[in-house]
This record gives sequence, C-alpha cells and structure tokens, in this order.
Amino acid sequence: MQPFTYVRASNVGDAVKALSRGAKLLAGGTTLYDLMKLRIERPERIIDINHLGELKHFDTSGERELVFGALARMSEVAADAGLVRDYPAISESLWRAASQQLRNMASLGGNLLQRTRCPYFRGGEPYACNKRDPGSGCAAAEGLDRGQALLGASPSCSAVYPGDFAAALVAFDAEIDVVGPGGERVLPFEELHREPADTPQKETTLEPGEMIVRIRIPVTPLGRASTFLKVRDRESYAFALASAAVALEMDGDVVRDARVAVGGLATRPWRARAAERLLIGRRFDESAARAAGEAALDGAIPGRSNAFRIELGIRTVTDALMTARQRA
Amino acid sequence: MTGTVTLSQAQPRRATASLSVTLMVNGAIHDLFIDVRTSLLDALREHIGLTGAKKGCDHGQCGACTVHIDGRRVVSCLTLAAQAQGYDVGTIEGLQGVDGALHPMQQAFIDHDALQCGYCTPGQIMSAIACVQEGHAKSLDEIREYMSGNLCRCGAYVGIVAAIEDVAARTQG
Ligand SMILES: Cc1cc2nc3c(=O)[nH]c(=O)nc-3n(C[C@H](O)[C@H](O)[C@H](O)COP(=O)(O)OP(=O)(O)OC[C@H]3O[C@@H](n4cnc5c(N)ncnc54)[C@H](O)[C@@H]3O)c2cc1C
Ligand code: FES
Ligand code: FES
Repeated sequence: MQPFTYVRASNVGDAVKALSRGAKLLAGGTTLYDLMKLRIERPERIIDINHLGELKHFDTSGERELVFGALARMSEVAADAGLVRDYPAISESLWRAASQQLRNMASLGGNLLQRTRCPYFRGGEPYACNKRDPGSGCAAAEGLDRGQALLGASPSCSAVYPGDFAAALVAFDAEIDVVGPGGERVLPFEELHREPADTPQKETTLEPGEMIVRIRIPVTPLGRASTFLKVRDRESYAFALASAAVALEMDGDVVRDARVAVGGLATRPWRARAAERLLIGRRFDESAARAAGEAALDGAIPGRSNAFRIELGIRTVTDALMTARQRA
Repeated sequence: MTGTVTLSQAQPRRATASLSVTLMVNGAIHDLFIDVRTSLLDALREHIGLTGAKKGCDHGQCGACTVHIDGRRVVSCLTLAAQAQGYDVGTIEGLQGVDGALHPMQQAFIDHDALQCGYCTPGQIMSAIACVQEGHAKSLDEIREYMSGNLCRCGAYVGIVAAIEDVAARTQG
C-alpha cells in the first residue's frame, strides 16, 4: 500500500476543498481501505469525513420525502421503524447487504460509490482491466464470466455494479444533493452512475471535487407495497446473482402504478421502465408478473457461462412482484 | 488528543508517513507512533500485544477480526488505526471479569462446544455479544442472518448458534 497523509475534516467546506485538490474521502472505509490494500486505490491524501456530524442524521418522518445524510450508517437506517413500515424495499436492500459489522461501519454515501467486485478488477496487475488501467483490455472477455453483467455491458467492460441500496433507490426516483467547489446541486439518482461504454474508468457523473451530502427519496403510496428480493450463491452475506426492487399500487385487481428495478445483473443501477409500462393498467396475476420479468431482462446479452442469470433475473422480478402484490 | 491532525496542521506529503495515535482499548490508554497505513487490527496485535482478534482475510470477509467500537461490532481489518482514535475499542481480552470469571458468552461457547480449532472464536464471541445486545437473536433464523459475517472453517455453526440462543434466552428473560 502506498503511504498517504491522514486528515480529519471538521466541516464540509474543508472536505470539498481537499477533495478538489485530489484527496480521497474516507467514510466507513470498507471499499476504500480494502482497495488500497489491493493497490487498486492509491490516494496520496485521505480526508476522514466521519466527524461531519451534520451528515449523520436521517429523517423518515417527512410527508414529502425521506432525507438521509451521506454519513448515516447502513445498520441504523435499515433498522429504522418508519422505513421498515413505509419503504420496506429500502430497508431490505440495506440489511441484506454485507454483514452487520460492515453495515455498522459503512455510510450511505460510500455505499453508492462502492466499486465493482469483478475478480479481474480486484485481481490487479496480472489481469487486463480497462476500468482499473484504461486501454489494457478486459480479461473477463476471454475469462470466467459467470458473474459478469448481462445488461449495459460494452466490449470494453462487463463489470457488475454490485450495490443493493442503489438498486432500490433507482426504482423510487431518489435524488442526491451534491456539494462541490461551485456550490450545491441536485442530481437525480438515476443520473449518478454511467454505463461503461468505452470509458469504464468513469463510473459516475460527479465532477472532480464533488461530494454527496444527502440522499432524498420521495414519499409515495408505492413505498409500503415495495420489496427487495436478492438471490445469491448462499442464503446470506454474498453479493447478488440477481436482485429486484419492485413496488405496486393497486386499484382492486388492476395495477395503478408500478416500479421495477434489477440489481446484480447490470453495469449500473438498472430501472426497468418497460416492465413498469407493461404492468400499469393491467389486471395483476402471475403471468403479468412473469411478463414484467421478461421485459426487465429484455436486451440481456449472455456470455459463455452466465446465461442462467437471465432466467434467474426474470424469476426474481416475478417473485418480488408477487410479494409486493401481497403488501398492496 | 495528541494524534489528531486537523486540516490546518496537515503536513506536506512525505515519503513515509507516520502518525501519533492514542487508542483507548478495554479502558486502557495506549500512545502509539505508527505507520499511517496500519489497521486497527495490526495496531492491536503488533503494537499493543493484544492478539485475541485474529487476521483471517484482512479484507472484511471473514469476521475473525471483529471488535467493538463504542459497543458496536466492526471489522478491525478495514478500520484504520487512526480512525479509531477518540473511541472506545473493546476486544476479547476485555471481557473477563476482575475475578477472572468468563463472560457468559465465553462460557456458553464452551458449554455448547461452539469451536474446534478456535481461530474464528474471538471474532464469533465479540460478534455474538453484539448480536444479542442489538436484539438480533430472537430466533434461530435471525441469529444465523445476523451472524453471517463470521465464517468458521471448522463448521462449528451448530454449537455457535446454540450458544447464542442460550445466552439470548437468559438475557432477554
Ligand atoms: C466483505 C464485503 C461484503 C459486502 N457485501 C455487500 C453486499 O452484499 N451488498 C452491498 O450492497 N454492498 C456490499 N459490500 C460493500 C459495502 O456495502 C460498501 O463497501 C460500503 O457500503 C461502502 O461504504 P463506506 O462508507 O465504507 O465507503 P468508503 O469505503 O469510505 O468510500 C467508498 C468510496 O466513496 C467515496 N465516498 C465516501 N463517502 C462519500 C461522499 N459522501 N461523497 C463522495 N464520495 C464519497 C470514497 O472516497 C470512496 O471512493 C460489501 C463489502 C465487503 C467488504
Ligand atoms: S480479518 Fe477482518 S474480516 Fe477477515
Ligand atoms: S473453530 Fe476453527 S474456524 Fe471456527
């Protein structure tokens, strides 16, 4: 690991100033420090933002929106009684991620900016990786692709965006507040992450020097009938092979409104609007749910050994919608 | 707080960066002068001499290094030692009573045969104590879910879950 200087920021202004001079922010450190040990992140300066008390609060009691400071911890937010009642999908996306130790450390802001678990990205030097080392190629193209993305991949990169919380946020039109050298701006969460195209090293639309200070989720009747379903190689403590964040608002048996997003399958948080359009105005039953699942995976391109995750994704969306129906 | 660096005191980059850090571990204060890259786990094991917390993976994946910070369980391998300054760090060595009595969770691990080689055990016990305190030990399924961050290569899971269930039943009455 490369040596660095360690500094504690005492206000957001200091943090942004240091950030725009090339420092890295340290929140929970569960992504950053891990990747520093692998020599994939090599910051020269680290700004510890854990003492910015103003960013630790969250409030789920608002009538218009839920507000989360970027330093709110995953474990505390997941356990919030208001969130469990009004937005179960968000709570589930948090407590089904990582372990309780990691959730006690990890912040919501850091969570959104966690990096891919692609083994060739994490494996370092011996492997070509356009995300880690632009222009070097992609070892996954000829390598093991069981875990690679089926949606949103490009010839230069098929690394999955692994975060569960983001999969849920993208379904519910969340916004983030960002502070940079030029002041504060609002960014629709859906616009934060980019598809790799031919610049997989550019993962977000944040400008140099910008930090996330808040995440806001609008209150909607859909929230209560939402769910997050995560399918993995083991029952707990693993990244998703496929996940779905869905919600329904019903008018009798007919769907008045719907939300569908998938996780674990795509290169970025993935909203499936085609699936939503298919459900809205239609009588809900299992075949409608299955049709929505198929629409969500429409355009999926299989590699050599990950084609099973298309059917898995369809079934994950279908099952999640059946659960949401029971809550609606 | 001797080791705290504020922005205004930030030093220009140097070839090797060392840092004074004051850690409070099990109620005792330790003044350390360490490489800035040192994890809390390495600070405990290599600098303070508390070798209870174990290094399994060094990447947050196994839970063998679990300790408490202000009573909450964390993995010490992904915590910078510098980050821990100003907090209360609790390790397995701090569990024993002044009379040498074992913590009820330690005793339960013995009673339920919840270990074989013992390498994962300090992390399991620190995690288990927090699991009960958090109120996440109300059913076997909940214990399994909230203990999933602690792996055991010997597969002592049946005994581990039984030990936690036992302590939870006695604690929650
Ligand atoms: C073993 C293991 C298993 C895991 N399993 C899962 C899982 O199943 N599902 C899942 O979703 N995640 C999982 N994770 C990932 C984990 O959730 C993330 O590492 C964590 O949420 C990151 O948050 P942090 O606060 O620790 O971020 P940090 O590591 O502190 O920061 C991450 C990145 O974001 C930047 N950053 C931090 N805060 C801000 C901010 N406010 N504004 C701008 N930039 C910022 C940092 O500079 C850094 O580049 C797992 C991690 C590990 C180690
Ligand atoms: S050594 Fe820390 S989690 Fe494995
Ligand atoms: S007792 Fe050997 S690893 Fe758990």
